[in-house]
Amino acid sequence: MDTFVQQLINGLNIGAIYALIALGYTMVYGILRLINFAHGDIYMVGAFAGYFIALKLGLGPSWGGLLFVLIGSMVVAAIFGMVIERFAYRPVRKYARMTTLITAIGVSLLLENLFVALFGGQGRGFPQLINDTTFPLFGNAAISKSQILIFAVSIALMVILQWIIFKTKVGTAMRAVSFNLNSAKLMGINTDAIIMFTFALGSALAAAGGVLTAQYSPTIDPLMGITTGLKAFVAAVLGGIGNIPGAVLGGLLIGVAETMVVGYGSNIGIQSTYRDAVAFAILILVLLIRPSGILGTTVQEKV
Amino acid sequence: MISFVKRFLIALIIIAVLYALNLAMSKEGLFGFGVPLYQVDLWKMAGINIILAVSLNLINGFTGQFSIGHIGFMAVGAYSSTFMTVYYTQGLEQWLAGILGASVAAAIVFALVIIIGALAAAVAGLIVGIPTLRLRGDYLAIATLGFAEIIRIVITNMNKIGGATGFRGCVDPITNITCSDPSLGRLTIPAYTNFFWIGFLAVITIVVIYNIVNSDMGRALISIREDELAAQAMGVNTTRYKVTSFVISSAFAGVAGALYGHWRLPHPNDFTFVRSFEIIIMIVLGGMGSITGAVLGALVITFVPEVLRMLPGGVYNYRLVIYALLLIIIMITRPQGILGNYEIASWLKRARKRPEGGGAIGGSTGAPIAEQSDSTKKSEKELENR
Amino acid sequence: MKRILIALTLITAVFASATCTRRGGNCADPGGTIKIGVYGDLTGQTSSFGQSTKNGSQMAADEINASGGINGRQVQLIHEDDQGEPGKAATVVTKLINQDQVRALIGEVASSNSLAAAPHAQEGKVPMISPSSTNPKVTQVGDYIFRVCFIDPFQGEVMAKFAANSLKAKKAAILFDSNSDYSKGLVQFFKAAFTKLGGEIVTEKAYAQRDRDFTGQLTAIRDLKPDVIYVPGYYQEVGVIAKQTKQLGITAPLLGGDGWDSPQLWDLGGDSLNGSFISNHYSVDDPKPEIQDFVRRFKAKYNGTAPDALAALGYDAMMVLADAIKRANGTECAALRNAIATTKDYKGITGIISLNEERNAVKSAVVLELKNKQFVYKETIAP
Repeated sequence: MDTFVQQLINGLNIGAIYALIALGYTMVYGILRLINFAHGDIYMVGAFAGYFIALKLGLGPSWGGLLFVLIGSMVVAAIFGMVIERFAYRPVRKYARMTTLITAIGVSLLLENLFVALFGGQGRGFPQLINDTTFPLFGNAAISKSQILIFAVSIALMVILQWIIFKTKVGTAMRAVSFNLNSAKLMGINTDAIIMFTFALGSALAAAGGVLTAQYSPTIDPLMGITTGLKAFVAAVLGGIGNIPGAVLGGLLIGVAETMVVGYGSNIGIQSTYRDAVAFAILILVLLIRPSGILGTTVQEKV
Repeated sequence: MISFVKRFLIALIIIAVLYALNLAMSKEGLFGFGVPLYQVDLWKMAGINIILAVSLNLINGFTGQFSIGHIGFMAVGAYSSTFMTVYYTQGLEQWLAGILGASVAAAIVFALVIIIGALAAAVAGLIVGIPTLRLRGDYLAIATLGFAEIIRIVITNMNKIGGATGFRGCVDPITNITCSDPSLGRLTIPAYTNFFWIGFLAVITIVVIYNIVNSDMGRALISIREDELAAQAMGVNTTRYKVTSFVISSAFAGVAGALYGHWRLPHPNDFTFVRSFEIIIMIVLGGMGSITGAVLGALVITFVPEVLRMLPGGVYNYRLVIYALLLIIIMITRPQGILGNYEIASWLKRARKRPEGGGAIGGSTGAPIAEQSDSTKKSEKELENR
Repeated sequence: MKRILIALTLITAVFASATCTRRGGNCADPGGTIKIGVYGDLTGQTSSFGQSTKNGSQMAADEINASGGINGRQVQLIHEDDQGEPGKAATVVTKLINQDQVRALIGEVASSNSLAAAPHAQEGKVPMISPSSTNPKVTQVGDYIFRVCFIDPFQGEVMAKFAANSLKAKKAAILFDSNSDYSKGLVQFFKAAFTKLGGEIVTEKAYAQRDRDFTGQLTAIRDLKPDVIYVPGYYQEVGVIAKQTKQLGITAPLLGGDGWDSPQLWDLGGDSLNGSFISNHYSVDDPKPEIQDFVRRFKAKYNGTAPDALAALGYDAMMVLADAIKRANGTECAALRNAIATTKDYKGITGIISLNEERNAVKSAVVLELKNKQFVYKETIAP
């Protein structure tokens, strides 16, 4: 039992990170119908921004320092997101799906290769901003401070996001734009600004995910966003792309599922190296049964 | 009759040219001269990329179904064919070599395993295609991506074909490392692939896809791309056509895989989704729905990163950054790709029509696919409709 | 834009149709400066390995050139980056052999990359000395492939002996990197040696390169209460594994191999590495005067960076090669191959190097303890 609880904590922990990144995918898709393949790399940019802020200021373990690094990296990533939207995505917004997708892949390659060229491909140790101690729960099960931190911060961010979307003016505009871009424009909404804001918001959440992961597994490298980004994207589709609670649900589901495969798979003959296949297997099953995802709404096709 | 003789002559010339090129690219060279071996490698890669791009274009360009799992079928082709070579064809090759000589025997066996690779990939295409092709647009893309990743992860976990460290030759079933006992299978995968095979199969791919596109089936596929519901209403069995084109496309990816597997030793990392993206970039860059464009895109994507390797010291490190930037700039300034849906074959036809008035190359193929709606316009319409 | 595209296509065409070159046996010694190719991971995941090898071999070449070269001929090293990927390793080696016409090759560190590149060296009859690929399969590729380090059966045995005899361990768990030949090989040899010494392997768990979360595997391992955990991976992942081991409250010491040896390990794992042990080729702390002299020269050349084992092996590989070129009196391929094969009792930094019939060096290994960001010398185990 204690082992199971431990695995559940481990799973929810990475799931929370996937969820934070998945939110960005889902928001952008909801508004532009664009699969933003560069989003995983924004998560990497966030982690690097946090790394350099912490290093330049010589921050040691302190709550204030952590908060500062977290907010700083979110701001940097938001700026990256907005610049990318303005200079790469806006010019191709009206073109065919394929073209926008290739642009997104181009941006992703650009960020990865730029960071490799600037900082090298090797991993860097992320400075520890908290003194990581472990609290025993019961039996063997324990939870570490960095794990609690991930849960606390990601829940807080999701609550703030929910508040922005449903309680503020800009959130209402976002919902309007995602409902129908052209009608929103006719209603006098500055759609370009709203789209940019969406990118900023999604990028900031991914950056938070990057800094939090780095507290938990302290290596960052320019290619860290590829697999994590892909899984987060799968999480977004799983929950129903365009749907915010769906993204969170999808992220947690994938995190738990892959940890369980690693922990218990060998009992039923599945090696731990199948962990990456789990996310995709669940994805395909869900897509075949319910193509719009778990919480997604089916869109009736127009004839 | 005339067209038959003409076709036969063209085929003969192509084979002769490929044979000469193959000699120039071999270790011995043509009359002692040859292409530098480093560039030979690039040309081989270019040929394989052409097969991949042209075949993916059938799905993505002509049928309008968005697949990003092409590399998965290449992996199936690569691994199934090398699996046969390593474990099963050694005896057959030795027996044939006794009758026909070593080089002919190797060629026959290689042709056989290429067919096996293509069939295995086609079966995989069928298994993946039937359930996923019901999905539309981005969902199809994601599902194919998922399948390709699953294929790669399964390969990574199969010790018999080398697992995560790549397939080099037979693996001992007990110790799970390269075997030292030759009776279990070949110790290394023989390097059958040469430029002739690659060039020949690239030409075959282009000819087959060209003929499909310019046949009744091709017109059905294009009608699906333009408007699936309308096509259905007109009595086109859309599911059947979509699955068929998917299976054909997968089979050619399997051919590319078999060629790759018998040249470089296959490794799971060669078949990541990033490589799938690369193939899509080739067809979008060259021009969606153009075979010529796919060929051009494959050449550009193979050679440009290597050309950028020649950049001087300080800039050299940024070569892949420049590559990515070029990609974005091209997409922004020329979204329809370099060639759009322009075909060299239709240009040739038009050029010949004026003086002679008729008689297309290769005889009685249908009208070129000139009438295509601009995909840009379509997307705008999509956006308005939402 | 169109013009740029046309220009690009043109450049591509020119590049592609570059002049034909004359084919011929390139086995003969062309005379003049001796070109040697060094390839490794300079920008990828394990770039610390490639950089160390590059620095070590370059220092050896500079010292050779400063003392008048080999039989009066200067040495030129051409370094190439393979980004730590097997496929790219094959490509750069093809380039080094055919484009740069190098006479010999030094590389790679990671066994998977050496294995991908070695067939090309063998085919081109260019002798290749791997400074530090320890998987036995590497030199089995052919008679032109050599190494100046010990091999994994020995390294696995060293750690198994150390665990069973010095640490008195009875139960061991294994956590290995399924993407690396190095890691898989070590697991096999450790297992065999440890069970022979009366120990028990309680579980084997795998991870993939670039994984960042190991809690699933470690939680399962924790339940089985092993005395030691054998983690024969590369430093990139090991640092994170060490941290997450402590997070889960596991106190069993981690054991590893030479793949841990990188100054970067401390950035990643920090204090959680304390109390772990690794097997390695040499120790910077070794008081022998020749080693201390080497450490001093290396630090002077590279801004105070201490040479890790891979730098020392890179240095030794270059020196063994130079010694062979001297004895072969040139770089004619068969003569050079034979000269390398007959290397005997060469006094290197990492020990006395003699190559056996399998073209492997027979040397002793050291066990180091990880303590406060230092590899502290523990004991030497002879073959």
